[in-house]
Amino acid sequence: MSFAITLLILFVGLGISWRYLGSYMANVYQGRVRFLHSFEKIIYAILDVDENSEQTWKGYATSLILFSAFGILFTYLILRFQGFLPLNPLHFGSVSPALAFNTSISFVTNTNWQNYAGETTLSYLSQMIGLTVQQFVSASVGIGVSIALIRGLARKNNPNIGNFWVDLVRGILYILLPIAFIGGLIFVGQGAVQTLAGPMVIHDALNNISQVIPRGPVGFMESIKQLGTNGGGFFNANGAHPFEDPTALTLILSVFLILIIPVSLTYTFGKMVNSVKQGLALLMAMFIIFSISLGIGVYAEMQPNPAVAQSHYVKQLNGNMVGKETRFGVPDTALYNITSTQTSTGSVAGANDSFTPLGGLVLLSGMMLGEVSPGGVGSGLYTILLFALIAVFIGGLMIGRTPEYLGKKIQSKEVKLAALGVLIMPITVLIITAIAVSVQAGISGPSNAGPHGFSEILYAFTSQANNNGSAFAGLNGNTAFYNITGSIAMILGRFGIIIPVLALAGSLGAKQTVPTSLGTFKTDNPTFTFLVIAVIIIIGGLTFFPALSLGPIIEMLLHGRFF
Amino acid sequence: MQTAVKETQSTQHNSGVLKKRSLFDKTILKQAFFDSLKKFSIRTQVKNPVMFVVFVGTIVTLIEAAVRPNIFTISIAIWLALTIEFANFAEAVAEGRGKAQADTLKKMRTDSNARLLTDDDSETIVSSSQLKKGDRVVCEANDIVPSDGEIIEGIASIDESAITGESAPVVRESGGDRSAVTGGTKVLSDRIIVRITAEKGETFLDKMIGLVEGANRQKTPNEIALTILLAALTIVFLPVVVSLQLFAKYSDATIAVVTLIALLVCLIPTTIGALLSAIGIAGMDRLLQKNVLALSGRAVEAAGDVQTLLLDKTGTITFGNRMATAFIPVGDNSQEDVANYAQISSLSDETPEGRSIVILAKNEFNIREHEMGQDYEFIEFSAATRMSGINYEGNRIRKGAATFVAKWVEEQGGQIPDELATIVDSISKNGSTPLVVAVNDTIVGVIELKDVVKDGIKERFEQLRSMGIKTVMITGDNPLTAAAIAQEAGVDDFLAEATPETKMRLIKDEQESGKLVAMTGDGTNDAPALAQADVGVAMNSGTTAAKEAGNMVDLDSNPTKLIDVVEVGKQLLITRGSLTTFSIANDVAKYFAIIPALFSATYPQLNALNIMKLHSPKSAILSAVIFNALIIIALIPLALRGVKFKPQSATAILNRNIMIYGVGGVIVPFLGIKLIDLIITGLHIY
Repeated sequence: MSFAITLLILFVGLGISWRYLGSYMANVYQGRVRFLHSFEKIIYAILDVDENSEQTWKGYATSLILFSAFGILFTYLILRFQGFLPLNPLHFGSVSPALAFNTSISFVTNTNWQNYAGETTLSYLSQMIGLTVQQFVSASVGIGVSIALIRGLARKNNPNIGNFWVDLVRGILYILLPIAFIGGLIFVGQGAVQTLAGPMVIHDALNNISQVIPRGPVGFMESIKQLGTNGGGFFNANGAHPFEDPTALTLILSVFLILIIPVSLTYTFGKMVNSVKQGLALLMAMFIIFSISLGIGVYAEMQPNPAVAQSHYVKQLNGNMVGKETRFGVPDTALYNITSTQTSTGSVAGANDSFTPLGGLVLLSGMMLGEVSPGGVGSGLYTILLFALIAVFIGGLMIGRTPEYLGKKIQSKEVKLAALGVLIMPITVLIITAIAVSVQAGISGPSNAGPHGFSEILYAFTSQANNNGSAFAGLNGNTAFYNITGSIAMILGRFGIIIPVLALAGSLGAKQTVPTSLGTFKTDNPTFTFLVIAVIIIIGGLTFFPALSLGPIIEMLLHGRFF
Repeated sequence: MQTAVKETQSTQHNSGVLKKRSLFDKTILKQAFFDSLKKFSIRTQVKNPVMFVVFVGTIVTLIEAAVRPNIFTISIAIWLALTIEFANFAEAVAEGRGKAQADTLKKMRTDSNARLLTDDDSETIVSSSQLKKGDRVVCEANDIVPSDGEIIEGIASIDESAITGESAPVVRESGGDRSAVTGGTKVLSDRIIVRITAEKGETFLDKMIGLVEGANRQKTPNEIALTILLAALTIVFLPVVVSLQLFAKYSDATIAVVTLIALLVCLIPTTIGALLSAIGIAGMDRLLQKNVLALSGRAVEAAGDVQTLLLDKTGTITFGNRMATAFIPVGDNSQEDVANYAQISSLSDETPEGRSIVILAKNEFNIREHEMGQDYEFIEFSAATRMSGINYEGNRIRKGAATFVAKWVEEQGGQIPDELATIVDSISKNGSTPLVVAVNDTIVGVIELKDVVKDGIKERFEQLRSMGIKTVMITGDNPLTAAAIAQEAGVDDFLAEATPETKMRLIKDEQESGKLVAMTGDGTNDAPALAQADVGVAMNSGTTAAKEAGNMVDLDSNPTKLIDVVEVGKQLLITRGSLTTFSIANDVAKYFAIIPALFSATYPQLNALNIMKLHSPKSAILSAVIFNALIIIALIPLALRGVKFKPQSATAILNRNIMIYGVGGVIVPFLGIKLIDLIITGLHIY
């Protein structure tokens, strides 16, 4: 019952944000929100950027790559030299090169895959200036790319897709900072720690042992971790740690913050292309995939754990409690983890590894379908738009016209770019996973053997190539092999999609717009929603079904039933 | 009026040289079989990325079968080879139909002798193949026109049946828009001097043969885009299959190479890959069946995208001849009186208007043709009097333009009734022409002559509107008349008092707003607009300039054909889209057949996914491969004929095709694979 109320609150809350935050974001990126404009101008002056001059897709992409490369280098250096830098109360030494490389790429690509335990590895400075900064900027970069693609669709005969620097600054100043600030206050108010005072040492005089309890600037990092669909928490236990996620309220707030921008961006999209219904059609596709995943996932987790069931001494009245916080219980934990894997966030409130096979399949499928339900900030929208273009192409041919989306003809160049953007992820995942299961360095990674070990490796690369960052645990990722292959997966999964998306934005923007008529393929109705879902599921399903059959599917069957 | 309608229909249906062939003409099929075998070469296969993967897979399987022969490997090898053969065959059948037509045309391209005029106007006989552009030749009765050209002197009736299939001779004369002659046609009478405009190899007939053969067929934009998508869907399955082998090894399972190839071939979109080029060729062929020659596949595709149709009023929307539609009495006369006199005055009037008056009188008042005897004198129409009539049984009956007839009546002392001016004005306002009928010194009434809109054209326009296509009527009439006819015909818009310039501007305006425009034309002054339009259909009866400017030629010279052209264009794209959907949807069932079979040894539990309850792993894989091959053969008729097309809104068409080819594409292979499995199990192969 209380779970139903949780869902209802989220539904209403997200519905309101969809309408108002969505509209607000459109205003922000169209330059109509100016309450911090004088401050903006100072930043543009420092960056030497003319806020009124726009870039072609190549200019936008070049700026984006340079900025991201700089971000990787900057974070890498902080991690490497944290031992010599301030705000390091526990005097952690420098992070090893391979791990620093992996971690900096992980946060710049909005993945937040963590091959380390934060509280025992990183200084406060590394967490704040290194990681949290990237949690803001990588999120803003993602939103900016989605806005650039929207501009391409909305414009006519204009090859410019906006200015990367302006989009970056506005996204941070007007959207991420204000919401993250309010969210952070609630987290801290609920008891998430926020301090630079170093760890707490509690001495147990009776047993004469001292317990060191790590603390740090956690609460506000937690807020942007969720809002920016980053997922990288301060502590190794992530959202299951009471300092990160102190109450049930913060758990719901987390789910809300994760979904708010990806969901609202569909309204922003609709508003910018002058048809909210267009955005609604995509939102419905996201909503349907999300709801089905959530339904199956929660159902699966409400079943008793098949391994525990073999013991006759334990009655599992509350479903599969293995690996779940007793504070949150099964459905809320499932909601949190499923939301996080459907949004390329990757934060967890319980152990993914301990989910039932079917529950684990739901977590995996959220990522394998391309993180579009609703996906990460910006990335969810631009990825589903790629699927939409393929749906438009196939569907458009079926009505006997050169396919067009929002008046833009979808021709060979667009098909090429959309197919590239959609297929880079599965190809990356399959090839790197295939390498990992074939070399000793890869095979020694998982702690389990057989299908579950395979699931762990497959999960690791699916997560990284989708910039999700959640782990199936069980895999020792902090080796040179996994640090490097993971970095490659994250880079391809991020920029391998962003670059085709920007090229697409440029190509679409430069096109003439075909006026709509009765003969136009409609993209704002349930049929189109259905088509988009079909394309997402067929492409994801066809590419991953064989691999899944050797992982979670056979696990299920080995347990003798589907959950 | 009824008879007139039938006439136009019958000209539409003449089949011509490019006569309809049965879809499975035996000689074509036989030839196609041999041609398909010739396509088993790397050079041919590499053009099609999907089939190339099958080709390589087949070779690997054949090697495997040779090294480790067993029934399973050999059967897979055979069926993979058959998959390619079926794809080759589909293409060969489509091409074969064109080739058969080209052969008929080639027979006409024999060298004939031409009577070349030298500078001093004396004739020398040369071979037609030696003619150069600008040469003048003489053609007289029974001569074959040696090459394409323009008549510079004389008039002749010409039998163009060789090109158009229309047996009735046409008149061609120097000057004006009817001066073009085509090489290979036959002069029936008179003498003309023709200036040659095309040399050997570039004549209309040569072009036509080239097009029909599809020798230099270029892939169209949408076809290229689709090929890219299919290539992408093929490429992605390579890592799927290769990685699967490595995953299997990790899981201590082994997959035979042959099985992996079978999986790969079943997953890549072979159905649409095999049929794609056949669909394109068949689309051009369907246009040819309608006697329209598309000079590029791009134009056929553009036709499907057209959003604005410019239609000439005369000949397309109306019959072109004004016809009597009403008799309006003046003064004490009854309608029947008007009909009676109008009929008598028109009995000897052989103009279409005159005949239409006779027919209307007969239809509406059952007035039979009078026995005229010899006692009458027919007064012919002249530009000076602006009327015609008859002197019959002492009465002088006249019909003609209002002002002239009125003057004639007044000259004989008659009175002009006041109401006449009102009636005449109101008829004019309706876009019709008033003919006043007078007997001696009395005005009897008025005949309304109307530009009659063709039957069924309004419904046609409604269909076009439901497909989102705007129709614009082009006419030289004044805006008032044009508006009246436009409303009656149900066109969306009209361009009155059209000149080549205003027509051109209209096309450019529409194109600037992002629309694709189609038009028909025949005159030299249409040429710039034909070139500017995205789809320009030139009438074969038109000038060389018009034919060169357009990207299609209608051999029947029937402007209404434009609508058919649009439908063929749409059908072509729909067929491609539907078969692509079908092909991709098929993969679902193939997975359920093959995946459980792949790991049956290591993980027998995966048999839970064997929801079709296929007999054994080998029979499952073989059934999937056989289905994959047979579905190509099964769909060849659909690829050649095109998916059924009804003019409907985009949404209605989409829903229908998603149901048939999407949902059907998921279900059919489940049934098909199961059935094949039952058969091969029944035959005890496994």
